[in-house]
Amino acid sequence: MNDEPTSHAVTPEVGYVLRVNGREHRIEAAWSGESLLWVLRERLGLSGSKNACEQGECGSCSVLVDGRLVCACLVLAASAVGAEITTVEGASPQGVLTDVQSAFLAEGAVQCGFCTPGLVMSVHDLLKANPEPDDLEVREAISGNLCRCTGYGRIFAAIENTVAARRGAES
Amino acid sequence: MSTRDGGLSLLRRASRVGENAPRPDGTLKVRGEFAYSSDLYAEGMLWGATVRSTEVHARICSVDISGALATPGVHVVVTADDVPGSPYYGLDGDDQPVFASAVVRHLGEPIAAVAADHPEAARLAASRVVVEYEPLAPLLDPERALTAEPIHPNGNLFRHLPIRKGDPDATGDVVVEGSYATGMQDQAFLGPESGLAIPDSGGDGVELFISTQWLHVDRDQVAACLGLEPERVRLTLSGVGGAFGAREDISLQVHLCMLALRAGRPVKMVYNRAESFFGHVHRHPSRLWYRHHADRDGTLVKVEARLLLDGGAYLSSSFHVLGNAASFAVGPYRVPNVVIDSWNVRTNNPPCGAMRGFGVVQSCFGHEAQMDKLAAALGHDPVELRLRNALGHGDTCATGQRITGTLPMAEVIARTAALPLPPELTEHTPMLALPGGAGRCADRSRVVRGVGFAASYKNLMYAEGFDDFSTARCRIDHGVVTVHCACAEVGQGFVTLVCQIAREVLRIDDVVVAPADTVEVGSAGSTSASRQTWMSGGAVEAACIAARDRVISELALRSGVEVASLVLVDDRVVSGDGRVDTTMTEAAAGLVVDETREFHHAPTQPLDENGQGDAHVSFSGTAHRAVVDVDLDLGLVRVVQIATAQDVGRALNPLAVGGQIEGGVAQGVGLAVMEEIVVDGGRIRNASFTDYLIPTALDMPEVVWDLIEEPEPGAPFGAKGVGEPPVVSSTPAVVAAIRAATGLALDRVPVRPQDIVRGRASTAT
Ligand code: FES
Ligand code: FES
Repeated sequence: MNDEPTSHAVTPEVGYVLRVNGREHRIEAAWSGESLLWVLRERLGLSGSKNACEQGECGSCSVLVDGRLVCACLVLAASAVGAEITTVEGASPQGVLTDVQSAFLAEGAVQCGFCTPGLVMSVHDLLKANPEPDDLEVREAISGNLCRCTGYGRIFAAIENTVAARRGAES
Repeated sequence: MSTRDGGLSLLRRASRVGENAPRPDGTLKVRGEFAYSSDLYAEGMLWGATVRSTEVHARICSVDISGALATPGVHVVVTADDVPGSPYYGLDGDDQPVFASAVVRHLGEPIAAVAADHPEAARLAASRVVVEYEPLAPLLDPERALTAEPIHPNGNLFRHLPIRKGDPDATGDVVVEGSYATGMQDQAFLGPESGLAIPDSGGDGVELFISTQWLHVDRDQVAACLGLEPERVRLTLSGVGGAFGAREDISLQVHLCMLALRAGRPVKMVYNRAESFFGHVHRHPSRLWYRHHADRDGTLVKVEARLLLDGGAYLSSSFHVLGNAASFAVGPYRVPNVVIDSWNVRTNNPPCGAMRGFGVVQSCFGHEAQMDKLAAALGHDPVELRLRNALGHGDTCATGQRITGTLPMAEVIARTAALPLPPELTEHTPMLALPGGAGRCADRSRVVRGVGFAASYKNLMYAEGFDDFSTARCRIDHGVVTVHCACAEVGQGFVTLVCQIAREVLRIDDVVVAPADTVEVGSAGSTSASRQTWMSGGAVEAACIAARDRVISELALRSGVEVASLVLVDDRVVSGDGRVDTTMTEAAAGLVVDETREFHHAPTQPLDENGQGDAHVSFSGTAHRAVVDVDLDLGLVRVVQIATAQDVGRALNPLAVGGQIEGGVAQGVGLAVMEEIVVDGGRIRNASFTDYLIPTALDMPEVVWDLIEEPEPGAPFGAKGVGEPPVVSSTPAVVAAIRAATGLALDRVPVRPQDIVRGRASTAT
């Protein structure tokens, strides 16, 4: 509240290109201080990445930048030029839900859903790196994604079921 | 809306009452396509920002907006001078200014608002509004509120509520006494306060898309402040990212509409996290004193209590929060003699109001600590003591009300105690699972386990004579059912329940839930007080029954049979003589039926001068057993398990009930060991998720739950609301467990590491 903000009114405007979910987007006359989260949400209309804290604490804005899970609110949009950005909108491009998304629904892991897109991104990232996480590994991996509604219980169940289903599909 | 796409294609048929129905909004939510109030966009929209007081208590000498107006990109700046209608609003009485004019009474109080073409320009302009203050002595200690100079024309007392039952002079063989305190908790919903206001072209009306818990009461307050007729202000619920009480009060609604009407353009406003801590009310901090009397066999004889809640600068719902705190101050026990005095007062601290549990959380922390003290003094088992005194059907509450519905407290307590315990702590327990978690700082040999127990009961619905009805409308158009109810879906899953109830009543699977608004349907009351399953569930059921009856009578007319001869058998309507045998979907084909119904609960009464009266509609009981591990040296606590049995009447969607229990437990655990808005000299010191901690996936214990289903007479489908009970007694259970592990008295929540470390240091000397 007491921070003296800077504004596009006092800093130079920039134009650049971002590559999001496999598509190039030209951003014109933007304030250079805009976060990736803000540009995704307000300039590109990709509002699936959420804005619960805008300070890197909640994970609701989780996206992949060149395959790395990051908080979009902590990345300057103009610094992501040249990177491959994947948002939740890119997680199920064909309109078919991913197994993680389906498991979230089937297990009741969604209440208000504000944390959900970030968690979907986090869980996919976790299972890619560690297809068989144990309970504590799951908890640690998603401990950067706050959820205020569910107490995480149904989310753990959804992850467990995804892991079990993937294991079943392999054998 | 389809409920059978995506991962749900395995469902045989759409779910009905009692089944684990999927959310109709679920697919949108997992794909990031659900539109929350912070996601809205309108062509040409401006961005709003709020100017807030940097003083705790001060006279405003002047407000200079010229610097803000001169900022590039700024369109309008509004202050108290621009409020067209009532300058005040509020839930239990309108004592809160839309914008402070003469005086600011708490840090962060709104003084002006700005709209500009970019949020940063709006914030920059807001920072250029120059307010000149003349500081006043702040009233910060609630115990001084009644003797200090009034800090508001309405005085410093929100409510004093005495409760006198039985013989005030009764005494017991064993007497235990204690003082307790609870800190200020934040609802910490994830979806920030936000909305979009779109002015009518003539400027004499406005449309507001908003996150709220009660559309119609928002509308009435906004219209009054704007000086417009209520129907000129149209509210539509946008996606709500959690609520927990924090969206009961007005936050940015009036500011947003004023900016939009002044600018003649749509205006969007989104608080950031820091502003959110100033933008909504919090859970009242409390100071409690108790004295319990019991016979040697453990039978409670009398409870004396004094409760003091700090309501902060404005009234909000403080009147009714206190009503609850006092009504339930002795807990779910038979107590023949009760002497309670309770106060809710005004100070220059941040305003407090509704949060899940609504007053009962505070007193529960006190009465449950007392029950443990009493058990220790008597040499009884704490669970046995609670069982011996457990309240039930036919008993009377502290307020003299006889419990005419269900309240299986004894079963709740016994079944909670019987739930399986977690595995013992061993040398193989991973570091991550020990206190300190990811910090990996625990010394295993210094970690001690403790187990604690607590029970509670709470009212459902509004109380003290308030008729908090709900309205629903059911339209069947050529076999498609549309249900319209202004009930705010805040995450709890009411939209799922609407589909279940409509299908159950109508036996038609295609159900659409219309967006909640103030135009097409009457008030649904508030999404709070664990009331919507009962109240709006009841309204939806009644509207659907009316629509079903219309379909059946039309069918009787068409088929030339008596209405009375038609009965529903599964999904078919059949006549006794076999001439009619059709599905409800077929029977509804070609028809348009539109029925609206209001649902009222049984009337309640105000409490009299002795705090006696049938003030509450229904009650729900719950108990929690907590298992904790405590690092004695570092004072860190890991909550290992919460076991709970809850009296739910009937579970209409067991998975959703489980979600409410786990989510409520998380907030109760949070209050027990980490959550507190630190207020120092009236200033919030931790207005961020960096400093205000809520439980993460690593902090959250395993939750084991058991549902006790005794259908409640008068409740639609026998179901009780389930949202609040999980939060009420989980907090005292955790603290009881920490007491068991440490031997410390711990009379305040949250229990901080320093309370344990210093407490142990002082008891060692
Ligand atoms: S919004 Fe980025 S971490 Fe919270
Ligand atoms: S579902 Fe609401 S924050 Fe997670």
